[in-house]
Amino acid sequence: MRKPPTLVSLAIDTALLNLSHISDLSFLPEHILLDLFLRTLRAGKLTEKILKLFVATGKDEVLSLISELNIQPVLTPEYKSNFCLRLSASLNVGKMAQVNIRDDEVDIVIGALHSDLTSFMEEWRAVFSRFHLIIVKDPDLKEDLKIPGGFNLDIYKRSDIEHVVGSSSTVVFSGYSCRYFGYLMSCKKYIVSIDDDCIPAKDDMGELIDAVAQHITNLTTPATPFFFNTLYDPFRKGADFVRGYPFSLRSGVHCALSCGLWLNLADYDAPTQALKPGQRNSRFVDAVLSVPVRVMLPVSGINIGFDRELVGPALLPAFRLAKEGKFRWETVEDIWSGMCVKVICDHLGFGVKSGLPYVWRKERGDAVESLKKEWEGIKMMEEVVPFFQSMRLSQAAVTAEDCVIEMAAAVKERLGPLDPTFARAAETMVEWVRLWKVVTAQMSIAA
Amino acid sequence: MAGGGGVAPTPLLKDQLDIVIPTIRNLDFLEMWRPFFQPYHLIIVQDGDPSKIIEVPEGFDYELYNRNDINRILGPKASCISFKDSACRCFGYMVSKKKYIYTIDDDCFVAKDPSGKDINALEQHIKNLLCPSTPYFFNTLYDPYRDGADFVRGYPFSLREGAPTAVSHGLWLNIPDYDAPTQLVKPRERNTRYVDAVMTIPKGTLFPMCGMNLAFDRELIGPAMYFGLMGDGQPIGRYDDMWAGWCTKVICDHLGLGIKTGLPYIWHSKASNPFVNLKKEYKGIYWQEEMIPFFQSVVLPKECTTVQHCYIELAKQVKTKLANVDPYFTKLADAMVTWTEAWDELNPSGEAPADTSNGKAK
Repeated sequence: MRKPPTLVSLAIDTALLNLSHISDLSFLPEHILLDLFLRTLRAGKLTEKILKLFVATGKDEVLSLISELNIQPVLTPEYKSNFCLRLSASLNVGKMAQVNIRDDEVDIVIGALHSDLTSFMEEWRAVFSRFHLIIVKDPDLKEDLKIPGGFNLDIYKRSDIEHVVGSSSTVVFSGYSCRYFGYLMSCKKYIVSIDDDCIPAKDDMGELIDAVAQHITNLTTPATPFFFNTLYDPFRKGADFVRGYPFSLRSGVHCALSCGLWLNLADYDAPTQALKPGQRNSRFVDAVLSVPVRVMLPVSGINIGFDRELVGPALLPAFRLAKEGKFRWETVEDIWSGMCVKVICDHLGFGVKSGLPYVWRKERGDAVESLKKEWEGIKMMEEVVPFFQSMRLSQAAVTAEDCVIEMAAAVKERLGPLDPTFARAAETMVEWVRLWKVVTAQMSIAA
Repeated sequence: MAGGGGVAPTPLLKDQLDIVIPTIRNLDFLEMWRPFFQPYHLIIVQDGDPSKIIEVPEGFDYELYNRNDINRILGPKASCISFKDSACRCFGYMVSKKKYIYTIDDDCFVAKDPSGKDINALEQHIKNLLCPSTPYFFNTLYDPYRDGADFVRGYPFSLREGAPTAVSHGLWLNIPDYDAPTQLVKPRERNTRYVDAVMTIPKGTLFPMCGMNLAFDRELIGPAMYFGLMGDGQPIGRYDDMWAGWCTKVICDHLGLGIKTGLPYIWHSKASNPFVNLKKEYKGIYWQEEMIPFFQSVVLPKECTTVQHCYIELAKQVKTKLANVDPYFTKLADAMVTWTEAWDELNPSGEAPADTSNGKAK
């Protein structure tokens, strides 16, 4: 006589029938998940959407199975709606699973200053492919963008920007600032942004670094800005708070900004790089640390992650040099933005971390050539340091938007008289907040 | 801009640096350090029973002080030097005549870097002390004066000269410097992560200074390195270096001096008994919740332009603001004054007290 099916088996069958209505499988024990996966395959019900569900559980056995079975969809050139499901060995999703990232909480925003993003995207495919990407084309770029298929992404060009912002806004999204438009249009909690001349780096063991996973880890573990821990990030595996660290400060605060670093071409300014043309950063420092409260730092936009819900509007394209160029050492927009974010984080009680992850920054540009350009603006930054170091926000400023408005007023009053660039920055900051509020409101209506 | 191209060898400074070692057991660990320590003069501070003979391995140039010596040299002021606690090491700082001090615990050994090479901790400390700190703005590539590094884009040019480095705080592989509760929860945790960085602890930020692997410029900050009243007869232990660190940091911030942390690593071999530690630290764990806000809000008047003046002023503030936490702090404040007087007696003003040239109050 045929044995009656077990209850578990019946449950799995029912799950299979209703799979299209299920949005999360991570609660299932691994052995049941595997069984469900195999039955789904056998029943011919494995669609891209359902495969994504299984992948999102992060369970090692399921992922190995998918990899071993070499499951791949048929890729079409229509890149707006596809997922890339090719899981390569270097993806190392097991490690990411420890972090428990919900992929749908992350946007990867890329400012395209180069039209051909093929090699950039291919290098990052294993890391980027599970996330939604926002690519913003520098409005000054004439050529069409070349982007390989198999990514889930949205692309914004000059026309899209003008449509949203109007063509006469004080907010300028050209050059490196184009990525801020992507921050504006995102509706995710976390954003990771990497310059388009960077590729994944290798750590000191020779392993490829998943920069996105590290940024998310940084952002989802507490920061400790009120007291320096000599063993760096106490929440990292194998580390902790040292003797003498006050217990009342050990729960930490939310981390709002994660500043990564660069191997090969470090983010030096033009004079430094010109003086040391051969200098390359080969030192892998295996640390993440919280930048202490009221301590200023130069935030490089090359490799960052941030919590858009906490500090989104504080990352702003406000400070444009008169002759800002298309190489990082011809800009300081991220430095200005970073100091605003740090002041705001200090005020609102959020943390800023610096250190891992590293990316590999490719060589480009000529520092000496950049030096020849007028860089009055970089000298201007000297004036702003005491301003930011002494900036105090009022008790009434309780959101990032409030903080930016207050800062803009202070910039206008105290720095405006020194140079029109500052006065313009103040105006742009106010306009940016207005834009942010409008766009955010429109998107929540649409949602 | 930080340093030029080639790497100059680090000077030995063998006539300018004393190595201060507190011990109650023996000095066998020195054998492993011999290749690195032998050129230097050692100051051994023997804690505990003065009648015990501590054997110093052959070939080292040293002076040794036991409790009898401390009493003899300081007279009634000897009360400020702790007994039955490694805090007694600060006596060594006081009697030294050198510019730099390196202090190390007797259960710390030579560590290896990731390439397997023995780490010359003393050489790294000297490097750290001889080049400037950057306390006013955080450099994301850490110490910009290190070979292969520099100030990053956005780092203000006006701050690139840095500040003189007063303290170099090294770290530990193997047994990490955890407090008793953490040790109890994670008895097996070992620090295996070699972080290849030296960095300046920013101005206005406090940190837990560990005395296990520490170097400082005695001329710049010596009188602030008092390790407090700990051990026998005292309600608290294992907070000696913490206390010295907080006082030192506040004074360094005031005088425009820098403190670095990170490399070098040493290998810490002995895990002390967490239950014994808990007994010693227990009060400290509660008191530090009061001590930290105190140090975070200390303001030293701009008239205080020497370390001694700053320290005396700090002692006054400890007496007024921490006395209500426990009468211990009154005793401690008095001991801080005694220490400063003893320091000045042993280091008379023919030798100029540490006074930074611009004496800016910040």
